[in-house]
Amino acid sequence: MKIKLNIWKQSNAKSKGKFERFELDGVDEEMSFLEMLDALNEKLIGENKEPVAFEHDCREGICGSCGLYINGHPHGTGSEIGTCQLHMREFKDGDTITVEPWRAQSFPVLKDLIVDRNAFDKIMAAGGFVSVDAGQAPDANANLVNKNKADKAFDAASCIGCGACVAACKNSSAMLFVAAKASQLSLLPQGKVEAKRRALNMVAKMDELGFGSCTNTGACEIECPKGISIEYIGQLNREYLSASFSEAE
Amino acid sequence: MSKLDAKIPEGPLSDKWTKYKASMKLVSPNNRKKLDIIVVGTGIAGAPAAASLAEMGYNVKVFCFQDSARRAHSVAAQGGINASRNNKNDGDSVYRLFYDMIKGGDYRAREANVYRVAEVSSDIIDQLTAQGVPFAREYGGTLANRTFGGVQVSRTFYAQGQTGQQVLLGAYSALKRQVAKGKIQMLSRQQMLELVLVDGKAKGIVTRNLVSGDIESHAAHAVVLASGGYGTIYYLSTLAVNSNGSAAWQAYKKGAFFGNPSFVQIHPTSIPVLNDYQAKLTLMSESLRNDGRIWVPKSKDDKRLPNEIPDEERDYYLERRYPAFGNLVPRDVAARAAKERCDNGFGVGKTGLAVYLDFRDAVKKQGVKAIQGKYGNLFDLYQKITGDSPYETPMMIYPAGHYTMGGLWVDYNLMTTIPGLFAIGEANFSDHGANRLGASSLMQGAGDGYFILPYTISNYLADEITTPLPSTDIPEFQEAVENAKMRLQKFLDIKGTKSITSFHKRLGKIMWDYVGMSRNEEGLKKAIELIDQLQKEFWVDVRVPGKLDEINQELEKASRVADFFELAKLMAIDALNRKESCGAHFREESQTEGGEAQRIDKDYSYVSAWEYKGNDKDPVLHKETLTFDNIEVKVRSYK
Repeated sequence: MKIKLNIWKQSNAKSKGKFERFELDGVDEEMSFLEMLDALNEKLIGENKEPVAFEHDCREGICGSCGLYINGHPHGTGSEIGTCQLHMREFKDGDTITVEPWRAQSFPVLKDLIVDRNAFDKIMAAGGFVSVDAGQAPDANANLVNKNKADKAFDAASCIGCGACVAACKNSSAMLFVAAKASQLSLLPQGKVEAKRRALNMVAKMDELGFGSCTNTGACEIECPKGISIEYIGQLNREYLSASFSEAE
Repeated sequence: MSKLDAKIPEGPLSDKWTKYKASMKLVSPNNRKKLDIIVVGTGIAGAPAAASLAEMGYNVKVFCFQDSARRAHSVAAQGGINASRNNKNDGDSVYRLFYDMIKGGDYRAREANVYRVAEVSSDIIDQLTAQGVPFAREYGGTLANRTFGGVQVSRTFYAQGQTGQQVLLGAYSALKRQVAKGKIQMLSRQQMLELVLVDGKAKGIVTRNLVSGDIESHAAHAVVLASGGYGTIYYLSTLAVNSNGSAAWQAYKKGAFFGNPSFVQIHPTSIPVLNDYQAKLTLMSESLRNDGRIWVPKSKDDKRLPNEIPDEERDYYLERRYPAFGNLVPRDVAARAAKERCDNGFGVGKTGLAVYLDFRDAVKKQGVKAIQGKYGNLFDLYQKITGDSPYETPMMIYPAGHYTMGGLWVDYNLMTTIPGLFAIGEANFSDHGANRLGASSLMQGAGDGYFILPYTISNYLADEITTPLPSTDIPEFQEAVENAKMRLQKFLDIKGTKSITSFHKRLGKIMWDYVGMSRNEEGLKKAIELIDQLQKEFWVDVRVPGKLDEINQELEKASRVADFFELAKLMAIDALNRKESCGAHFREESQTEGGEAQRIDKDYSYVSAWEYKGNDKDPVLHKETLTFDNIEVKVRSYK
């Protein structure tokens, strides 16, 4: 296949970016999207040009590094996949593919398709944990956990922190991420103790970092590579509301 | 005379750790805040170590090359984490776990270390659960277990097929909590380039800030490497593509001995190479071999679709060769058998480098629903990559480089031969001998990080409380910075014609062909020659575009690949030295009549620890003799 690419190029956080056009021949339909970009970069290096910078690591849909906005969708149009799991068999010979970085005020572009998602780490530091030191843990079977709740906590915990939810949202809200993280812990007895404090602190940090408001359009759920449900947003809202009315412990 | 002292405490095996802990030196809480520790890597060893040390009150600086600590490749571990809790009342114990690991490692691991990790395994599950890891539960609310390869008890704890991510996120959340408290300074997007020694002790590192390109100096009272394994030396492996061996390699070049560098686990069931541009190989969990049957056509060049080939024309070669264990032979045996069939021309798929893993019979017998319940997520993962549904057509699989049992040599304190430099998790060599059993890498990493290193590093630091933190202006740091800058500039100045990746691929091919699943003297000697030639070509003809002071992903790769050439040679030298077969290390010269691995205990019951002597000099071998006082050394057989 021959593919035309329209890729966002930007030297660094301070410079102005623009779209550049590339053409790539010999694209095999078995290639993953990132392998196609590898091939483009090998070609560019061969022509003594600068390769396109993009983030990637595990290439099996679990590390959450790769996040590209492809033809208007985070991770492309496939269902519940990361960019690394998108394959070129989804495209046709002669297609033009537009590739952009996540666009969100809280995720500034560092170079080309690489954005800074450090804001997620900051939200986690604000409360996405259980306060327990090594050595303080009780026996793991001391707290019995209802299987359905454990499964629900797991579904929330399957978030890979890629940021597609923010990229998909017209307001660049991080609600799905925060809700998944907070709910995972508050659904479990060991995390319930500080659930209120956690909800207040994580939401406050999210607001402080410039993420937008949630208006329940549900775009985040549709684009989430792990299919995390917006039900968790409801759960976080309830927790947040109840915490706001009671004094956080 | 060898300088190796493993510092194994005296006394019976089961008392060693308890007694040693009681006798170790401590650092008082008041003094801990005066001591700085650097941790390189944030996987399932580094994140727990950093969090635990910060909880104790030390000042910790943590480095990772990813944008976030949460992305370290431990995240990709699928199956589970072992612990000897005997929750199934099936006869498990600390000793059983110890026994399984020593035997699984083909009697090439150190008894005292393995026993200790088995001892702390239960505490790990408590700790992770307390941190909010959503382990699978039974309907009664207790933790669930499953069985893994090579053992007869059910001791694996899991979170669906995502145990690695869940366990890592538990440790990561603990790390973030300490970041918020100001006890951890988290430096992400940093690549370690040099280890700095002051008066012979590890006192800091030099890194490149991967965003600004700045070369930075960081000082500490001790340095912990938790930088993982070097399986990406094969280019194609199950590892994340940016995983690398550079931190450990730089430590080796500063005097830390490298243990058993040639011991690499080749995982038998990975999705095979599909095209020339492929950047990695995705693992399909070992558990699939419970119901899948592995086969190739009986006749060469059989171009029919797999479902068109009748049973009598299929060769279920594992069932044929190993009637007792069949498709459930250990990883090393299954991997070698697949290679043997493909090398002899019976392989399938476009490249002929694949075998079938067929669920036809299991689906027929148990129904689609039952199979979906067991393997649904893995089948989906396979279909996302290949476009084929394993419910309808057999999977194609092939072995891939996976886990490095080798790593920096450490003593019982997890300290390398450089005072003040510790190595934990996959970065060290210590617990898996010549072959690792499934679900024990998360256990070892977390055990080192949560419950072993915090004690042993304190024992070391107790003598450092009066030593001030060195200034990064001293010549030792300045020199390391200059070296790092010169090396990076050299890459940029070569301005050759070939990309880093093209060299990495060629190196990977040499390693896979000659220092992979099956090794022989002639091949290993040839590998050393070929690596030498390729390395020379690299240094005159590589093209690294861009500049130093910007995000430059090619430059990041350049130093990793440059280090890999050197490590590759050491792996070949080590494999050449060890003329026996053991675990994953298969020397064709040392096999039984039936083609199985043959250990030579009288000559090779030791750990190879290699000492760097300079770029143009041969490394020197030191031997740590292994003694087995608590276990009978036997032959592994699966017939």
